[in-house]
Amino acid sequence: MLLHRRQILAGVTAAGALLMPRIVFARAATDRRLVFVIQRGAADGLATLAPTGDPAYAGLRGDLAADLADRPKLGGMFALHPALTQLGAMYAAKQALFAHAVASPYRDRSHFDGQNVLETGGAQPYDRQDGWMNRLLAMLPADAARGLAVSATIPTALRGPVQVSSYAPSSLPDASNDTLQRVSSLYADDPQLHALWEEALQTKAMASGFDAAGAKGAAAAGALVASLMAGDKGARVVMVETTGWDTHSGQRGRLNAQLTGLDALLAALKTNLGPSWDDTLVVVATEFGRTAAANGTGGTDHGTASLAMLAGGTVNGGRILSDWPGLTAANLYENRDLKPTTSLDALIGGAVAAHFALDPALAMPRLFPGSSSGNLSGLIRA
Amino acid sequence: MPDNARALNRFGLGAALGEAPPRDARRWLNAQIDGFDPRPASIAAALPTGKLIEMLRDSRDEKKELKAKAKQTGADPKQMKQDAKAAGMPGPYADLRDAYIAAVGARTEVALATQTPFAERLVHFWSNHFAVSVDKIVTVGLAGAFEFEAIRPHVMGKFADLLGAVERHPAMLLYLDQAQSVGPNSPLGARAAQRGKERGLNENLAREIMELHTLGVRSGYSQADVTEFARALTGWTVGGLAKLPILQGPGPKFWFAAPIHEPGSRTVVGKKYNQSGEGQAQAVLSDLAVHPATARHIATKLARHFAADDPPPALVARLEQAFLQSQGDLPTVYRALIDAPEVWNGAPKFRTPWEWTVAALRATGVKSIPAKSATGAFLQLGQPIWKPGSPAGYDDIAASWAGPDALYRRVEMAQRIADRSAATIDARKLAPALFPDSLSPATATALTRAESGPQALALLLASPEMMRR
Repeated sequence: MLLHRRQILAGVTAAGALLMPRIVFARAATDRRLVFVIQRGAADGLATLAPTGDPAYAGLRGDLAADLADRPKLGGMFALHPALTQLGAMYAAKQALFAHAVASPYRDRSHFDGQNVLETGGAQPYDRQDGWMNRLLAMLPADAARGLAVSATIPTALRGPVQVSSYAPSSLPDASNDTLQRVSSLYADDPQLHALWEEALQTKAMASGFDAAGAKGAAAAGALVASLMAGDKGARVVMVETTGWDTHSGQRGRLNAQLTGLDALLAALKTNLGPSWDDTLVVVATEFGRTAAANGTGGTDHGTASLAMLAGGTVNGGRILSDWPGLTAANLYENRDLKPTTSLDALIGGAVAAHFALDPALAMPRLFPGSSSGNLSGLIRA
Repeated sequence: MPDNARALNRFGLGAALGEAPPRDARRWLNAQIDGFDPRPASIAAALPTGKLIEMLRDSRDEKKELKAKAKQTGADPKQMKQDAKAAGMPGPYADLRDAYIAAVGARTEVALATQTPFAERLVHFWSNHFAVSVDKIVTVGLAGAFEFEAIRPHVMGKFADLLGAVERHPAMLLYLDQAQSVGPNSPLGARAAQRGKERGLNENLAREIMELHTLGVRSGYSQADVTEFARALTGWTVGGLAKLPILQGPGPKFWFAAPIHEPGSRTVVGKKYNQSGEGQAQAVLSDLAVHPATARHIATKLARHFAADDPPPALVARLEQAFLQSQGDLPTVYRALIDAPEVWNGAPKFRTPWEWTVAALRATGVKSIPAKSATGAFLQLGQPIWKPGSPAGYDDIAASWAGPDALYRRVEMAQRIADRSAATIDARKLAPALFPDSLSPATATALTRAESGPQALALLLASPEMMRR
């Protein structure tokens, strides 16, 4: 793996040609590191950081709220999901910040389109070919413009004129638990495949052991990402893709496993980055949120506003950023979803610009040309 | 199912990324009979049979030397092998294994990139009909050359020519032990007998030609016919391999060795063959090639491959007639297949691992994959190339391929292929191109609900539509 890493990073350095004009820097920021963790599938912000202080919450969520009912309240209003112990510790150490009721400019409910807007930074799906992370790389000094995708192919956010590298750890499970479940429903009406598939799943006893393997895999992935970011030649702008957040059914167990994995990933990043954690910003975001109310199958459906998280040594943390819209019927977006009150673009743009000491007024229109919300300040320690 | 969906998937190897469905399905298929390229670049680049036989001879010699050395020094041959490997020496047969992997890569590459997928499917069909299996070490290096040099040039010709090329190819002669079959009354056989050594007849190839390649099992031939045919076949061997100078022949290729041919006339399936030499077995082959039992056998297998696991009798009868009336002209038989409503209307066939993998890779725009990865993938999915384990070839029925673990592995592979595919592929747009006007609502819904592009693609590759053709 070490050999692979060197090869990759050598390739990245050689490909450092920048095709876009650079913005003048306040100071050189080559030690700064950014990790963007995308939660593909619409992660449920209302269960991750639950507004248990909102009087409507318990009624909307029913059984889904059980894991969160007795949790201590942060900021007098929100309960952090119990699976997020390490992230909770980062919050206590003022190294994590939560932003609630955030959304990209996208207002429909297609995963593909929503992810496209989040990754391209456009106003509409498929407005742009390149991603905001690639445009960020174009604004960094040549010796810091090393982008890396921890996946076999380059995701949209990193695509663009600046060459980036990709690396997929082969040890990660190939078919996610979520995909296996979807295959089950794909075969539901096909007697031959249905019978074969159910037998295969039983034989594999997928249900047991999968969660533990998931957390272990996430920790390994976190350690791997950290190793790819280490040293003078390590990657500086990294994207990690997580999947399995589309919890239409069985949400309590599945989300618990998902968040356990995310927590392990973040903890492994912090541990393995060592002193470099002080120069690191981790952005965790999803394409949109989930319905305020639980559905009839122990899950939630596609919604609008959700939660985004910042973690790392440069984060001005220990705070929850939220212009809380409330969960009463009249306050919901289209009578069903958490209403967006904060721009996700402004959050990411403001944090990333400050983290790399870019002039936000110049950086923001380049990173998120589809956004009209300006940027948020004060997210990063001065 | 619409005709163009059938043409792409049942006759062809699945639509390639960006390929428009054929406008006239039957014309598209008929054109491939003439458009077929028996020797595309990746096939032409493969090692030729002669070279592979030389490599086989060297490996045999090397192995013998190692054995002798072990005997001399009292060393453990297994330990010697391990030591040599640790020292970075590849050991005997390593280059032939490499040749096998390279040939699997070439076959796969052609299947992925071809513009005549129906014709390539026929290559795969015939290669499996005349199966050699690489679990026998003499076949490992030669299996690819067998398909490339004996099968491909004759797929659009007469069955008799295909048969003649196949039975003369060194891979077949070695695989079914014909190469060392000696006529007991031949000059060499008689001399060996005088010295009390046993060198005799081997019936393996003769039997399999009748049972598997031509007439079909229980079609009326007897044990006496097999033995008589085996006698006629003596002398059909491979040059450049034997130790005896008299059996060296003209070099590393098919050779008729008169010194081991059983003299005299033979009677096979009620007909007397008075020829001498190579022509005797060839005359038997020529008759077998156009025998009514052969026509029925081939018609049955083609109908099973293209129409249904239980071949429709009416289709078998029509293919049989086409075969007989044309004296085994294969394009005539293929045209009868293209005209057959049973092929266009029957229930879908379950794809074999080879068929599914090729279709999935074509769908995602893969034009070539590393030979080693290809070899490993087919092994993992349960159908290592040219390794059916018996001269009967791989089964052509769903029961052999539709198993729980096999399906699970396909889903895993679907995910892997999807994860490695270009992020620009939109499964929702790709699906109707692969299955024109025939995508099920369940699959379409699963694709739009998928949580990411790669997941949607994985689901498409794992979909019921993709599992069948």
